[in-house]
Amino acid sequence: MQVYLPIAEISVNILLLFGLGALVGILSGMFGVGGGFLITPLLFFMGIPPAVAVATGANQIVASSVSGVLAHLKRRTVDLRMGTVLLSGGIVGAAVGIWVFNLLKGMGQVDLLVRLCYVVFLGIIGGLMFFESLAALRRSRRGGPPRRKHHGWVHGLPFKVRFRTSGLYISAIPPALVGLCVGVLSAIMGVGGGFIMVPAMIYLLGMPTKVVVGTSLFQIIFVTAFTTMAHAITSQTVDILLALVLLIGGVIGAQIGTALGMRLKAEQLRIALAALVLLVCGKLALDLFLTPADLFELGVGE
Amino acid sequence: MIRALLLLLALTLPARAEEVVMGLSRDSVAITTDFNGSEVLIFGAVKREAAIQADPPLRVIVSVAGPVTPVTVWRKERRLGIWVNTEAVEIDAAPSFYAVASSAPWDESISEVEDLRHKVSIERAIRSVGAPMAIADSQSFTDALIRVRERAGLYKTFYDSVEFRESTLFDVAIRMPATIVEGTYTTRVFLTRGGTVVSQHASTLEVRKVGLERWLFNLSRNQSALYGLLSLVIAIAAGWGASAAFRALKSG
Repeated sequence: MQVYLPIAEISVNILLLFGLGALVGILSGMFGVGGGFLITPLLFFMGIPPAVAVATGANQIVASSVSGVLAHLKRRTVDLRMGTVLLSGGIVGAAVGIWVFNLLKGMGQVDLLVRLCYVVFLGIIGGLMFFESLAALRRSRRGGPPRRKHHGWVHGLPFKVRFRTSGLYISAIPPALVGLCVGVLSAIMGVGGGFIMVPAMIYLLGMPTKVVVGTSLFQIIFVTAFTTMAHAITSQTVDILLALVLLIGGVIGAQIGTALGMRLKAEQLRIALAALVLLVCGKLALDLFLTPADLFELGVGE
Repeated sequence: MIRALLLLLALTLPARAEEVVMGLSRDSVAITTDFNGSEVLIFGAVKREAAIQADPPLRVIVSVAGPVTPVTVWRKERRLGIWVNTEAVEIDAAPSFYAVASSAPWDESISEVEDLRHKVSIERAIRSVGAPMAIADSQSFTDALIRVRERAGLYKTFYDSVEFRESTLFDVAIRMPATIVEGTYTTRVFLTRGGTVVSQHASTLEVRKVGLERWLFNLSRNQSALYGLLSLVIAIAAGWGASAAFRALKSG
């Protein structure tokens, strides 16, 4: 069954889109990632113009994140105070990111930069998470005591705030900075930024994994809503019809994903996410290094 | 008096031996929600007052062209192991869709000069004047554009495929893919003899979005802030709705 998308200006299979939305929704609920880093490249493969894929991806992430965060709120696994601190940094970062994006667009190399960003960030984070959680899994099998949280420079900064849900008493500066960095990257890469924020929260801020997912989703809602509006106004590339089909699949998937995530162990969850991140990274890296089928490419937009 | 003058004029002007008339199976294509490409049947006949001249034989060429826009073509090069867009050529005017069909092999249908004058073949329909000085082989960029669009089904050639009955009646069906853009499409028919155009006829075909497609597209262009808000409201409502539905399902 085909549906014609008014903004993307192509006709696509509605069931395929629905399935894509559902798949990303499941991941979103399980790992607390928006799924933008998966949905955007997958939309490219379906022949949807990159500009439309990026903008519409952001819109679809809003829906799956709302659905996911409501499920987490009910389980009290959202640190609202931490989320607000991250968010204030995130909005500033997103604004900076959109400015940088437009600057690079003028220079004509934005596509390459986006791909390089993906490969570098996905590679580093995926690799770190994979080996760390593998080690953690071995330790827990041996039955040894879990490693104590290290008290580094993060704990010596001023403006200390008590984050009760996370069980932390740390300065507000590191979370705001994490939010800022994620905001910049999410605007440049056209994703929610969960795949960067989740590890940052676990390894940098020392938050418990179960709280990280809900809090990340909470922050993603607002950053992607901001990005959607920015794209709708500046480049008019948000396709409501495409978003609608994706998000119907996405919200259902998110509910299933959240339920699945509760059944898995935190370490298993992290290994699965790390493997997924590395897989996408590998695919993107191949595209950069292998000789393309056609050395020529038509310019996007204009 | 005037009528007499007109009659005189008509009689003294050299009578055109053969004239082509054309019709389309439809004069507009509506892009609806379930739009999946469209087929247009182009048919026509040759009007003549004398007997059919057999040699050189009469040929017919039909072309359909979409709205013309500038296109940037990039060429990739390997830099530090990575494939990077390095050189670009701005092609001034390229039709977004172009199909050309003929009743005989191309070199028998039209001469090079006539093709240049009427811009019938795909290569001629694309206009590229100013390639940067640094790029020597600007032709390869134009070739790439044709190759990419042919692969997407946007540029098509059907040489030696139009059925031309008794050198009088012809018809050809041209399929447009779902990726065509909105705008006014031009359909042209050329009648050639010995490579020279003896008669031609042009007509237009409107491709327009209708209904929901039209409304959403206009909203996104004219009231983009409202459109952005609408997409957010839908997203949030869908997210909340799914959550509420699942809760009801579990408790009930």
